[in-house]
Amino acid sequence: MTRLSLAAAAALSMTTGAASAQTEITWWHAMGGALGDSLNQIATDFNASQSDYQITPVFKGSYEEALTAGIAAFRAGEHPNVLQVFDAGAATVIGAVGATIPVQDLMTQNGVDFDIEDYISGVRYFYADSDDKMIGMPFNSSSPIMYYNIDALEAAGVEAPATWEEFAETTAPALVEAGYIPLAQSHSPWIFVENFMSRHNLPFATNDNGYAGTDTEILVDTPELKAHWMALQDWEENGFYAWYGAGWDDNQAPFEEGEVAIWLGSSGSFGGLMQKDLPFEFSATYLPYWEAITTEPKQTFIGGASLFAMSGKSDEENAATAAFFEFLTSPEVQYAWHRETGYVPITTAAYDMAKEDGHYDRFPAAEVGIQQLSLPAGENTKGYRMGFYVQIRDVMNREFGRILSEGANVDDAFATIESESNALLARFAQTQN
Amino acid sequence: MKRAGFTQRWLPILLLMPQLVIIAVFFYWPAAYGLRSSFFLQDPFGFSETFVGFGNYLTLMRSPSYLKSAGFTVIFSVLVTFLSLAIALILAVKADRVIRGAKTYRTLLMWVYAVAPPVAGVIGLIMFDQSWGPLVDFAALFGWDFVLGVNYFDTAFAMVVVSVWKQIPVNFIFFLSGLQSIPRSVREAALIDNRSASGRFWDVTFPLLAPTGFFLLITNITYSLFDTFGIIDTTVKGEPGNNPMTLVYKVYVDGFRGNDMGGSSAQSVILMVLVLLMTVFQFRLIERRIHYT
Repeated sequence: MTRLSLAAAAALSMTTGAASAQTEITWWHAMGGALGDSLNQIATDFNASQSDYQITPVFKGSYEEALTAGIAAFRAGEHPNVLQVFDAGAATVIGAVGATIPVQDLMTQNGVDFDIEDYISGVRYFYADSDDKMIGMPFNSSSPIMYYNIDALEAAGVEAPATWEEFAETTAPALVEAGYIPLAQSHSPWIFVENFMSRHNLPFATNDNGYAGTDTEILVDTPELKAHWMALQDWEENGFYAWYGAGWDDNQAPFEEGEVAIWLGSSGSFGGLMQKDLPFEFSATYLPYWEAITTEPKQTFIGGASLFAMSGKSDEENAATAAFFEFLTSPEVQYAWHRETGYVPITTAAYDMAKEDGHYDRFPAAEVGIQQLSLPAGENTKGYRMGFYVQIRDVMNREFGRILSEGANVDDAFATIESESNALLARFAQTQN
Repeated sequence: MKRAGFTQRWLPILLLMPQLVIIAVFFYWPAAYGLRSSFFLQDPFGFSETFVGFGNYLTLMRSPSYLKSAGFTVIFSVLVTFLSLAIALILAVKADRVIRGAKTYRTLLMWVYAVAPPVAGVIGLIMFDQSWGPLVDFAALFGWDFVLGVNYFDTAFAMVVVSVWKQIPVNFIFFLSGLQSIPRSVREAALIDNRSASGRFWDVTFPLLAPTGFFLLITNITYSLFDTFGIIDTTVKGEPGNNPMTLVYKVYVDGFRGNDMGGSSAQSVILMVLVLLMTVFQFRLIERRIHYT
């Protein structure tokens, strides 16, 4: 009896000993609901795959909340090893040199093979610095694509439009005739400004879209972009386009209910739409473009978020973070994440694995996001880097709301967006001296 | 007569210390830090900063969107304070006269008090939902195409309705207890002097309710300025867009969402000064006219 309890005590002390030898790291993220489940699965699998490291994911709320929590924790010296930061917060984090360890350095220092060419081209440089060094690890990457209700398009006798001209002249009138609201979209700044620029290969800001420095000026008061918004205002009046506010879900719901025939959303919305068992068949294709602006449409920017390795941690913990990033970018993990969520696989190897497995034969729409990101690149399609970008998006959303609900003049609205955004950029530059 | 007091000087100071330390650490130090931040533009991570003097304040004064929020805040606060006080007073006066089932009736009126502001906001969202909100259907009966989150006026309307609804029970409880503390003899004397019920209310009841009313006025202004945050946050669903915002919510949007430390500190300092002025005004001017029994 005594011997047994002694043995048990010895065994217990050995397991606690083993547990304390493990290096523990934390990961703050903003993925709720089903996305959060998929993310936790990645962490569990990583912990099970080896015995040296242990990662703990912590849900911190929305993207904005996760970033703010990470910054506050950094100032208090209580920050996590890995922080998820969304596209609009990239300039803030990358601007604070010393707050994070560039992913590329972290990987090479810890003996992990790293080649930026392994990443698909649309994803590669979005979170990189001006020397094309990868700072943040692209994690959940998506692109805006066009979802359509197949039943609605068949009822109207039309195909999914490739260009906005086709939409305005053929698709929309036929859909209205068939009793549908032709178009809705869920994120005006992302879909109808940022990716409008990349799709048409138009410059979005000076300084190489803001990558080359902080004395950047935004370029939105342009004839092309204003023409698009004037068309949108007309479409809203004709009943070709309906706007349900600045909230994402408010614009997605009418599509799911079958009222709206075409909805522009994220390639990452695919998993959610599949799970919802919609009462109609849907598919997806590329974001339309204006033939009047270009005949060679380009790839789009990624949206979503990336993972940053925060500085001020011990070498052991950084090694753990590097090991986790290596695991995360492995084709198996990327393919599973892509399959469950609809976010694009970030490496060519993972994309090839999905193709070989026949994923796209079963769900052709799942490939649209990555195909669109793999379209030819242009000099303006790498991404953009602008500080206080969260506020710039707020300014855009405010003015777009005025255009769409108060009939505000498009010229005035874009002049306001440009001047307020430039004032914000100038203020951001002053924070970075 | 000998005054009661401490014989040594250090004992009262020692006894006051915990309170003073708490005030200093949690109120004065952050306020001083906020004041300092408002003169700088700072990298959110704290690596670098630039002194800009009154630059942040000037930016705010020149910003049409800030001035618009300020205007909205004034209208919003006046409406919420006035409506929640007025409706609660009417309900309290009526409830005071109810004899049968009085307790049940009063409890039902107080119920909403237990609802937290963000929850109230969520309930408001459900009631005003674009596709199936019952109040939207009700508005449609009058030909009002109510669209929350799309139309500026409609969103403002929903914010006021939810904020007033949430605040009425608190005011109701206080007004009711205020009414019940008016001596019966005074009421009966008034009944002999004046036969008109409304005359009696304005001449006797209302002045006697003034201390309660003054207290509620202050708490309601504070509520409409600060505590409605949760309601506004849930109503705009984290995407302000072209929707109305109060000044407190704007501090959050620029500071917490946007990480503009200097700008949002300047906004906080402006609010701090505003509250200071309001407090001085209330106690200097209004309280003098009120007589406590």
